[in-house]
Amino acid sequence: MQRSRTIFTAAALSTAAALALTSCASGGGGGDAIDPEADITEQSLTVGIWADYYPEDIAERFEEETGVPVTIVNHATNEEAVAKVTAGGDSGIDVLFVSGQYAQALNEQGLLEPLEKSLIPNESNLYAEASELAYDEGNQFSLPYAWGTTGLCYRSDLTGYEPTSWMDLLEPTPEVSGKTTMLSTERWLALPALKALGYSVNSTDEAELEEVKEQLLETKSTLLAYDDTTFYDKLITGEASLVEAWDGWCNYAIAESPETKFVVPEEGSDLWVDSMTVLKTSQNKEAAMAFLNFVLEPEQGAWVAENILYKVPNEAAMDSLDPALFEQFPNMAMTPEELAEQETIIDLGEYSTEYTRLVTEVTAG
Amino acid sequence: MSSRSTAPSPGARLRRGLAAAPFLAPGGLLLIAFVFIPIALVTVYAFFQRGRFGGVVFDFTLDNFVRLADPLYLGVIAQSIGVGLMVTAIALLLGFPTAWVITRLPAKWRTIALIAVLLPFWTNFLIRTYAWILLFNNAGWINKTLGVFGIEPLDLLYSLPAVVVGLVYMYLPLMILPIYSSLDRMDPLLGEAATNLGSSPFRVFRTITLPLAIPGILTGCVFVLVPAMGNFVIPELIGGGKTVLIGNLVRDQFLKARDWPFGAALTLVLTVLLLILLAVQSRVSARVTEGPGRRG
Repeated sequence: MQRSRTIFTAAALSTAAALALTSCASGGGGGDAIDPEADITEQSLTVGIWADYYPEDIAERFEEETGVPVTIVNHATNEEAVAKVTAGGDSGIDVLFVSGQYAQALNEQGLLEPLEKSLIPNESNLYAEASELAYDEGNQFSLPYAWGTTGLCYRSDLTGYEPTSWMDLLEPTPEVSGKTTMLSTERWLALPALKALGYSVNSTDEAELEEVKEQLLETKSTLLAYDDTTFYDKLITGEASLVEAWDGWCNYAIAESPETKFVVPEEGSDLWVDSMTVLKTSQNKEAAMAFLNFVLEPEQGAWVAENILYKVPNEAAMDSLDPALFEQFPNMAMTPEELAEQETIIDLGEYSTEYTRLVTEVTAG
Repeated sequence: MSSRSTAPSPGARLRRGLAAAPFLAPGGLLLIAFVFIPIALVTVYAFFQRGRFGGVVFDFTLDNFVRLADPLYLGVIAQSIGVGLMVTAIALLLGFPTAWVITRLPAKWRTIALIAVLLPFWTNFLIRTYAWILLFNNAGWINKTLGVFGIEPLDLLYSLPAVVVGLVYMYLPLMILPIYSSLDRMDPLLGEAATNLGSSPFRVFRTITLPLAIPGILTGCVFVLVPAMGNFVIPELIGGGKTVLIGNLVRDQFLKARDWPFGAALTLVLTVLLLILLAVQSRVSARVTEGPGRRG
């Protein structure tokens, strides 16, 4: 009796503590309104960005230029970044890098500050196409940092032919069967089948997703693996000969084995964008705008292109690159017109759970 | 039992309780912070609705538990239990003889053998998992060696058997160590006495060694079964993402689907399974160690 009462008390106490912890998850106010005349040298910045996705000395360079000290906090995924800024209160982050559809979702929640363009004159370095992105027309609350598409990355010496269609991946020839991989992140796992069947990458049609599921279940038996992180290694070792890949990551395989090629299938693909945003909770909004402006300088964009091998929407940066880079990595030479022909992935709100379910049904099936 | 075990007066009990408090407080706080609060959070979250960006919206619902009954998720849970049991059985078959052999080694070699069992545990788990990939992939050492003899590369990776092998490797030390410790505590004179009285080695094993090792075996089984069901890295890396275990489902709810309440409900399933296993284990070991004859 004594013991069970103690356990009950402990359980009650910890439940109360748990509720107390979660109830402070709401609330948190906004920062001040923007004052273009503010002295930013009085401010300091915290920037949330993906690890290994920026020049190592970016903080020093920005401080040298503007006098604003910068602290960088890394995140590994969009979900982690979003969790940080929606966990409640002030995350302490001023500038957050997330993919376009996540910026859209954050903005719909009222978490992003509208950009003060008078403080970001370098926006003029961007291609015209970079201000017509479906998740944020006119770059109201986000500015693109890097962009690209998804396609087929393959070893022409192993496939023996040049794939041109998503069907080359979904229904591989006997020689390639068992040597293909698909991305495992939900929207990209569904993408090849959606596009091959002629549907939108943002489809919210139940019958369409059902067809996609049938196709993906059929494809599963021909796959080596679902792989988001090491598919280019599998190409290099020759374990895989044809994989679904993000363009930039395919370049990592091209760098190691020159027989590797990248193609955007004829049925079309997506346009993904990694973007920069300023949080409403920021107390340093003027410095944050100055940081966005700084990143849009051609030097920073050129660094990303040369080191991460991602395309950047920064015309001035792309023009400054050594043409040898385009020769070695042909997909770096894709024009903004070619990219803009692809479909931009947007956030599907509540419907996104259907994609989670689809992926679970396929991978567990 | 001596007279000291008679109940003390209430005053004495209180005084003794107060004196013990400073010693119990650190452990108690640790338990509350790292066991009770997290489990309470998981339990509470499982009854609410998902927030759009993860987290929870405090509207009470039982939907998360209704969803668990969906054949899709029941299938994953069943598959996890199946894989977990298979891993445990293989680990037991490999672990028991290993532990037994170690107890028979001279003292110096015993230490070396135990360090050898433990050594992999001090290496990062991801590095060890990638080592399996390097060993087993089509361009890996095993297939390269086979290739020298003109044998076609074997598809060793990215399948359910590969996941089972990876999990057995990962958790085998957790089976060996508890069995070793229960065998090590066994009085060797018991076996000698039985042999002197004419028992065959098999009979000694069946009637003395095995029963005395049962607490260790049960502990080892729980230690292996529970993490094997919850592991999500090995199915993803060695299984090529084509096998989904309950650990993958939980991880995906938090990191991909942003559905914390359903993730919490799935976690509760694992927790309840664990509690049942622990209850069975302690019940059985108590019966074995006390023995039916000595009770009462």
